Order: sequence, then C-alpha cells, then structure tokens
Amino acid sequence: MEIVLEQTINGLTIGSFYALIALGYSMVYGVLKLINFAHGDFFTLGSYLGYTVLVFGSAFLTAHCGLWGGIIVAMVIAAICLALVGITVERLAYRPIYPAGRLPAVVSALGASILLQNAIMVIWGPRYQAYPASVIPNIHIQLGDLHVTLLQIVILVFSFLLMGILYYIIQKTLFGSAIRAAALDRDTASLMGINFNKVIFFIFTLGPALGAITGVMVGMYYRQISFTMGWNYGLKAFTATILGGIGNLPGAMFGGLILGLLEMFGGVYISSSWKDVFVFLILILVLIFRPNGLFGEKLAEKV
Amino acid sequence: MEDTRISKSGSFFSPQQGALFAVLGIFIIYPFAANNYYIDVAFFFGTYALLGLSLNIVLGEVGLFDLGHAGFYAIGAYTTAILNTKFGIPILVLLPVSAISAALFAYLVCSPIIHLRGDYLCIVTIGMGEIVRLSLINNPFDLTGGPNGVFGIDFPSLGSFFVIDSSIEYYFFIWIVVGFSILSLIRLQNSRIGRAWNCIREDEVAANANGINVRHYKLLAFVLGAAMAGIAGNIYASKLMCVSPESFSFMESCLMFCIVLIGGMGSIPGVLIGAAVISLFPEIFRPFAMYRMLIFGTVMILMMMFRPGGVWPRRRGGI
Amino acid sequence: MAEADLRTTDRAILETRKLTKVFGGLTAVNNFDSQVREGEICSLIGPNGAGKTTVFNVVTGIYKPEGGSVLFNGKDITGQKPHQIVSRGIARTFQNIRLFSNMTCLENIMAGQHCRGSAGMWGSIFRTSRQKKEEQHIREVAESRIHQVGLWDSRHELAKNIAYGSQRMLEIARALATEPGLLALDEPSSGLNPSETEDLMIFLKSLAKENFSIFLIEHDMNVVMGISDWVIVMDEGARIAEGRPETVYNNPKVIEAYLGYDDQQGDGES
Repeated sequence: MEIVLEQTINGLTIGSFYALIALGYSMVYGVLKLINFAHGDFFTLGSYLGYTVLVFGSAFLTAHCGLWGGIIVAMVIAAICLALVGITVERLAYRPIYPAGRLPAVVSALGASILLQNAIMVIWGPRYQAYPASVIPNIHIQLGDLHVTLLQIVILVFSFLLMGILYYIIQKTLFGSAIRAAALDRDTASLMGINFNKVIFFIFTLGPALGAITGVMVGMYYRQISFTMGWNYGLKAFTATILGGIGNLPGAMFGGLILGLLEMFGGVYISSSWKDVFVFLILILVLIFRPNGLFGEKLAEKV
Repeated sequence: MEDTRISKSGSFFSPQQGALFAVLGIFIIYPFAANNYYIDVAFFFGTYALLGLSLNIVLGEVGLFDLGHAGFYAIGAYTTAILNTKFGIPILVLLPVSAISAALFAYLVCSPIIHLRGDYLCIVTIGMGEIVRLSLINNPFDLTGGPNGVFGIDFPSLGSFFVIDSSIEYYFFIWIVVGFSILSLIRLQNSRIGRAWNCIREDEVAANANGINVRHYKLLAFVLGAAMAGIAGNIYASKLMCVSPESFSFMESCLMFCIVLIGGMGSIPGVLIGAAVISLFPEIFRPFAMYRMLIFGTVMILMMMFRPGGVWPRRRGGI
Repeated sequence: MAEADLRTTDRAILETRKLTKVFGGLTAVNNFDSQVREGEICSLIGPNGAGKTTVFNVVTGIYKPEGGSVLFNGKDITGQKPHQIVSRGIARTFQNIRLFSNMTCLENIMAGQHCRGSAGMWGSIFRTSRQKKEEQHIREVAESRIHQVGLWDSRHELAKNIAYGSQRMLEIARALATEPGLLALDEPSSGLNPSETEDLMIFLKSLAKENFSIFLIEHDMNVVMGISDWVIVMDEGARIAEGRPETVYNNPKVIEAYLGYDDQQGDGES
C-alpha cells in the first residue's frame, strides 16, 4: 500500500512538471494553433540558468538568503530571463512567419528549438551538468512506512499552488476569459475588442517563465540536467496537452498529472525501459477513441 | 511546314532539355573526378533525396504532417539488417522485402489514425517514430541489438560477379534508384492518383464530396512513402554495414521534413535541392562543428521568413 | 393532393423518408419527407436555420441521420460515405464554394471525373494503354464541361484567382464532371449580381433539358420562381408546404415562416 502511495506521489510530482510545461504549450497552441517546439527548450534554458545562479552565486546566496531563499532567487531570475527570451523568440521567429501559413510556422518553430538547444550546448557544454548537492535540501520524512523527501512535498505543494493560481487567472478573471476566447476563436475575439497583442505578450512571457520555474524544480529533483532534455519533456508535455484537449487549459494540467501517474505506474508495473512507449501508446489510443482529448469538446465542422 | 522538333533557337533540344542533359552529364562524370570521401557525400545526398521524395508524397502531395517518417526508414533498415545477419538472405532480395515490411507497418499503424486532424496526426506520427526508436533500443526478443544495433551486414550482390561494394558502385546504385523514383513520381503527379492527393491537400471535405475516397488515398500515400523509405533503409544498411537506433531519431524525421519544406512542397526538383542542402550543410560547416546546428536552426527560421514556399516551389498551370 | 398531378414526372430520383438529424439537443431535421422527381428542378426553401443545408449534408453522406432514410433511384443510400454516394450519382456544390484553390480550373473539373475512372498505381506509373485512354477521356470530359460553363480561357488559371461568379460556375462544372443523375446545389446564386444570376438560371434550365435532376437550396425568390418545377418549404426542420412555385409563394404558412407571425394581422389565415 505504501508503495502505491509513494509511486502516486512520485507520479504526481513528475505529472506536475508535465502539467506546468503543458500549460505553456496549450496557451500558445490554443491561441495561435502553433506547436511551439521551442517551449521544451525554454524549460531547459530555465533549468540551466537556475543552475548557473545557484552555482556561481552560492556564496552570496547562502550568506544572504539561506537555502530556500537562494532557490527562490534562482527561480525568479530564471523566470525573468525566460520571459524575455520567450517574447524575443515570438517577435523574431514567429511573428514574421504567421502570414505564411501553418507549415512554415512549424518549420520555424523547429528551427527555433534547434537554435536554442544548441545555444545551450555552446554556452554550457555538451556534457551533463548537475545541481550541486549543497543547494538542495536533503531532508527525508518518514510517515510510518511511507518515505518521502521534503523537497518532493515542497515541489508538489508549490506546483499545485502555481497551477491553482493559473487556473484562477484563466477561469475567473476577465483577462483569463480573453485568453480562452482567443484560444477558441481568434477572429471573433479580436472583433469583440480583445487586444490580441496583450494576449500574445502574456502567453509568451508567462508560459516560458513557468517553464523556467519548472526547469529549476526539475534540476533540484533530478539534479542532472542536459541540453537535450527539453525534447523529451516537451514531447510528453505536448502529449499532455493533447490528452487534455487542445485549447483546454485546465485540461492540459490534468493531462500532465495523468501522464505523470501513467508513466510512473507503467514504469513500475510494466517495465521502466518501455515506459515511454507505454505513454505514447496511451496517447495514440486516446486519440483513436476520443479524438478531441479526454476533456476536449467535440466541435462539429460547419460544412 | 515548320519542323516542330527544332526549337526557336534553332538547336535540336530545348533549353530545358539541354540543362537536364548537362546535369545528367555532371552526375555521371562526378564520381570519376572526386575522391571516395566526396563520392560518399554524394551517396548520402542520394539517400536524403530518396527519403525526401518518400516524405514528399505524404507531406508535399497530400499535405499530411508526418514527423515520424524516420520510423519507416528504420523498419526498412532493420528488416534488412536482421534478415541478412540472422538468416543470410541476400541484400538485393531484401530490397523489396524491406519495402514491403515498411509498407505493411505503415498500413497497420496508420489505418486507425488516418482520420485524425492535422496537428493531432503530427503528434501521433512523432509518437510512432519514438515508439519505433525506443523499441529498437530495448532489444525485444534479442533481435535488434539494443543501442549498439546490428552489424556485419553484407553488400548487395547477384552471385559472385556483380557485387556492389565500392563507393562509386553505391553512388550509381542509389542514384539509379532515385532516378526511377523520380520518373515514377512525376507520372503519379500527373495521374488520377496524384490529382486525388492534391485535392485532399486542398480541401478534404470537397474531395470526399466529389467522389474521392479520402481515407484510401491518405493511406496509400503513407504506404507508398513508407515503402520508398524502406528501400532507402535497405541501401543505407548495406552501405554502412551496420545500423543503430540513433540514426533514426526525431532529428532525422525533422531533417526530412525540412528537406520537403525548404525545397518546396510537392515539388520534385525542390526536394532534390532540399536534400542537397541538408547533406552538404554538415560538409560546408564542418570547420564550425560546434556551431553547425545553431546555424542550421537559424537558417530554417530565415528560410521560412523569406521564402516560405521553398527554394523551388511547385508550379501549376500554364501547361 | 391534386397538385401532385402537376409534377413533371412520376419517377422519384431522390426520396427522403422521415429523415431526422439531431445535434446534441437540437433537432435540425425532423421527420422530413420529400421527393425530387426525375428531370425536374426542385427548390428547397425556408428561413435561415430551417435545416436545408443539413438535409443536403445527410443526403450526400456528410452526416448520418438519427432516423429515417434516403433513397436514390429506389435504393437505400442512408449512412453511406460521401464518396460512395457520388459514385451512385449525386453531386453537390457548397454554400461557401469549396474549390481546390491552388489547382487549375481544368484540374478542378478533372477531379470530378475521379470516381468514374479506375486507374491505379500500376497503370499510372507504367502508363498502360488503358490508363492513357482513361486520362484522355477524363481530359475530354473536363474540357467539354469547362467549355459549357464558359471558362475555357481560364482553364489554366488557378481556381483561387478567377472571379467569384466564375468560381460558382466552376464548382457546378466540377459537379457535372462526376456524371451525376442528381445535382444538389446549395445557394448557387449567392453572391452573384443580377446578370450573373440570369445566366445561371438559363444554364440550370439547360441542364434540366440534358436530363439532369436538380435539387436546389435558394434564397433568391426570382431564381426559385423562375426555374423551379416544384418547391418544398422547410421551417424548423420540418416540411411546412410544397407545390408549384406560384402556389407556394402565396401560401400563408410560408409567408408566416419567413416573416414571422404577426398578431395584428386580421386576415391571412389558412
């Protein structure tokens, strides 16, 4: 029983990483119908920036902010940098291409992803980097036979808090409904006076910033980071987006959590080397039987 | 009466035919003038051309987002590798076998998902490509050799007289295959099937409403594209004498996608140019090894900014 | 009904029986009975949202009905796929014109001939004599249809580049190329100026003489009155009236459906 609970916590932790990254994908995809392949690399860049801040600023941070304070500083810096990077990529690589159609946009997104990924490699080197043990809290908690770490709990709580805040913004605020409207029907949304530029600005700053924060969390959870990890996380996160239903932002969050649980239980009960295959098979099965995702709406095409 | 064979300039051939003969001439002379390294480069140009043409059927003619095409390439290569090393079946016999195995795989795997909308299909193809690659790495039934792959693959041969084992022979082999493919594809483009494919790309609903069995033709495109990729896999496997999963990653699918898009969707000369760019790129930028991919990514973005239709877009009308 | 005797012919080429189509909570088509007789021009009219295009979509196989059936030439075609129905002999055009924009006008019409050909991969790659004959035939049919609609000079133009009125005619020519028995045209006069509409009316009448049956959704009453042999009126998914154009035009139920019921109208009750 404890094992199931432990695996559930593990699954939810991974799932919340996927969920937060998936949110960024879902926002861009919903509004622009663009698969932002570079999003996984925003996440990676955030992770590396966090690493740099924690490693090179460790003396300063431990002296002035303490362990948790240092982590928060790293997250904030990574988030701000990625917000800038995100909007820059949008301006330079995506905005000029929108008029040319969807396929050129896909190629451009792929190009941006390749560019970012290799920029990370050039700057930080092709080998794995690791978040140093000194910056990561190493407190274990034993609840009966259940064994978790403080880090895990904090990550879970923090992730759910972030998701909660985002859910609130998207579902309950006026600006959130603007984003949802734009995600559903761009033309009508702009006719209704929704400032499209503001929406774009929001999704290309908040999405990457969220990705960056997730990157720091991943760095702390797994410690090892590599410049190619954006690809794997990105694909899984996009899978979560599809699972949840395209354009459905809360759906993307749930999709991510479900995916994390599936991956964890698949890895334990099936086989850890086949767990990714298992996850993709689930995606394909879901799409065969529920083409608009688990929570998506079936929209009939007007003929 | 005017002799219609003689063109306006008074020569026997038209300018286009002249250019074609010149290009053919260069192709034939090239391997005798270059060293083995550069002949191999031209061989891989041919491989990418074949792969690009195979993806062009799915992506260029029908307009389906296929980002998992490397999976079919892998199936063809591994079919050849496994059947040759484990059962000694000759490579040339395995050429059609690899085509069929890739085609069958495509048929089985694409049938349940062929109705999916564009972007969903894209993600599913990426997933399929990954499933193939991961399955190869996991070495099921001890068939695929895991991450190290399969090695010790033979050369293509007919008896002991006709053996393809030198760079120059491989060069002609791949380019003859590419040549036949180009001729077949041009004929398909101008046929009932090619028209049906293009109609599906333009407007699926209208295609259905005008008597075209959209599902059938989409599947046909995938199956044919997979068969061609399988053939490319066979030739690649015997040239390299070994295959491993890392040659069939998402990056490969990505490169093939770029070949079609940068060259010009649905355009055969465009695909050839795209293949040339993709295979020459690593050579030209070899001195900048570390920055190579960085530059590649930038080039992709710039290409789409300034020439989204591709270097040599498909031209219609004015027949 | 004595009126029925006034219909052009006896044979029904298309028949819907108790056809019902439901979308979620909305019943778009409700127990709809109708007949199109062979060789006639039958117009389907009614206010917006009456369900006319939905009837077309069910008849042509784009939607599956929840109840009822569609018969073509006496055979049940309910629930068949759109391309199968085209092979059977029903061709349609769309309210919003759906052409193959980046293909030439001639190629668009040749696409219509697809279901009448059978060349496969082998024939196409190896250019067998059978395939060559078939291609020749396809081209001839397409060229004759493009002449018929007056677009010969634009035959190598991309479909997206020709004028709106020409695009409408091109879509009809493409439908004709499928060699149908019944043409289902969805608001073909929409967006045409009066002179183009006149030409369209003359053209459609000439098609009826060629023994095509035409099922027509129309809002332009001049067209309906000018060329229809029979008119069926729909409102809220059901048939509320049918008959010769003049009869239907004066039917108070029809007027009410279009203009809305007016409490203060003293007369005008059927």
